[in-house]
Amino acid sequence: MFPTLIAEQLLNGLQFGLMLFLLAAGLTLVFGIMDLMNLAHGSLYMIGAYLMASFAQATGSFWLAVPLALLATAMVGAVLEVALIRHLYRRDHLAQVLATFAVILIADDLVKMIWGPAPRMLNAPAALAGPVELLPGFLYPSYRLLIIGAGLGCALLLYLLVARTRAGMLVRAGASNREMAAVMGVRVGRLFTAVFVLGAMLCALAGTLLGPVLAVEVGMGENILILALVVIVIGGIGSVRGAFVGALLVGMVDTAGRAFLPALLNAFLPLDVAANLGPALAAIAIYVLMAAVLFYKPTGLFPARV
Amino acid sequence: MPDRLRAALPWLLLAAAIAIPWIAQAADQHFYIGFVRRIVIFALAAASLNLILGFGGMVSLGHAAFFGIGAYTVGVLMIEGVTSAWIAWPAAVALAALASAVIGAVSLRTRGVYFIMITLAFAQMVYYVAVGLKKYGGEDGLNLPGRSQFALGALRLDLGNDIVFYYVVLALFAVAMLAINRIVDARFGRALIGIRENETRMEGIGFATFRIRLIAFVIAGALAGLAGALLANHNLFVSPATLHWTQSATLVIMVILGGIGYRYGGLAGAAALLAFEEVLSLYTDYRHLALGIVLLIVVFAAPRGLAGLLSRRFH
Repeated sequence: MFPTLIAEQLLNGLQFGLMLFLLAAGLTLVFGIMDLMNLAHGSLYMIGAYLMASFAQATGSFWLAVPLALLATAMVGAVLEVALIRHLYRRDHLAQVLATFAVILIADDLVKMIWGPAPRMLNAPAALAGPVELLPGFLYPSYRLLIIGAGLGCALLLYLLVARTRAGMLVRAGASNREMAAVMGVRVGRLFTAVFVLGAMLCALAGTLLGPVLAVEVGMGENILILALVVIVIGGIGSVRGAFVGALLVGMVDTAGRAFLPALLNAFLPLDVAANLGPALAAIAIYVLMAAVLFYKPTGLFPARV
Repeated sequence: MPDRLRAALPWLLLAAAIAIPWIAQAADQHFYIGFVRRIVIFALAAASLNLILGFGGMVSLGHAAFFGIGAYTVGVLMIEGVTSAWIAWPAAVALAALASAVIGAVSLRTRGVYFIMITLAFAQMVYYVAVGLKKYGGEDGLNLPGRSQFALGALRLDLGNDIVFYYVVLALFAVAMLAINRIVDARFGRALIGIRENETRMEGIGFATFRIRLIAFVIAGALAGLAGALLANHNLFVSPATLHWTQSATLVIMVILGGIGYRYGGLAGAAALLAFEEVLSLYTDYRHLALGIVLLIVVFAAPRGLAGLLSRRFH
């Protein structure tokens, strides 16, 4: 009983971490390459999830709705970049925080206007609704396995894109020294738009995949945005590898904290104290992790700029 | 003449603020007493943030933590039977100062975006502690039975009276603004601005830059704690929402909107933002949308905020 519980929580942590990675990868690239503090990243995730819900309802097919939602969110991202974000690259971080926070406010109300204030439910595809038996006696929801698979596949693709292709080389050059890359002839404007749109698509993917697990609702972007920010700061801003390690760390620590800390405290503390302390400590765990990382390594685990 | 007007403007505003309860009563609009009081409380919080954000160049996205610690101190003490403002309010200030000393000592080691993020992380920790206080309402928050008792010997003020409480808030705000202005004009404040402009150089001249930044951070935290104590009394309600990161962002927005690094930027921003929200809520259910559009206009058309616009006109 106990080993399967641990295995289940490990898989949950992996799944959560991988979804965080999808968000954090786009955020860290935008941050590292354009030096843009983009609070609106979570809004793209929310928009992706809502578009997914609509497309799934309209087409009746989960598998058809995913690419449609990705494309539509990419378009939203492109419009956002051209209309607004592009004009913020040369501004200071404060102006960026203010402008992208404004985008959060606008996006939340627009979503409320279009889809209404009630949360939307999204069903996993029928073929993946049930659990599978991974080991004798160890059942795990098959849809969550799909998320893990998709997340790992995405991470691999992203790694190949960044590490092995010419476009990836430009991205890495931009992240380590923007001015030098521009002087060496990289078309920075086009690169920036492409990176932003890629980030938007990754957001949308996380939104579509997490839709059936979490509720699709207004404000879903704000909470996960903070977690994604924690991830990229732990990993080192601008580093996709750092985002991957950070995301898995945060996903594991958060899931394990929620699953095991209350029980662990029960063993040492009186029941009423433990019941109060457990959930609070579990929620705090990742922030303690981040503060500790920054205390010892003030620029994160894998700083992109040396 | 315009220069003289500019120097007189704070005193004119103070006179107007003193007159507001009379005007509101004469016009039978009691709502405005509470509304202006709320503006003054948020102005205090925003002004404290402006001290480190505007003059110290420290972009803290966790200022709501100190605001909330002040509010929770008053709330929890009151539930435990300590109703005296003379105990609860200094306790709120002291706890907020202590928290900002600890958080500042760790956070100020980092720079730039990392500083933004680590202050945010600490604020989130405080937020989840508040959510975890099941005995004191947890996620739902805490209703207070009444306002603090403001009595010391013969001096006995009934804070339950809306107008008396209004004047207490206004007096505290005025004293705090005087203090902030004195700090900015003093050698300490000049050193703080110098560090914002060029820290390496200030260190080279021989200033203890870390200590100066930390002291400023603690002063700002303590003042935010005072604002939180007042807010708890104003709302008669304390909840984790006071500590949420969007509250920190709102305070930052108030400072930027009002004018970052301008003496009265915090006041201008708090007044403009709260008044704007109030007016919008009369006309539309989608006030966030309108607010977002206004913020975008501010970013591109008035990057120095309202105080920046004013001072340009007067120069």
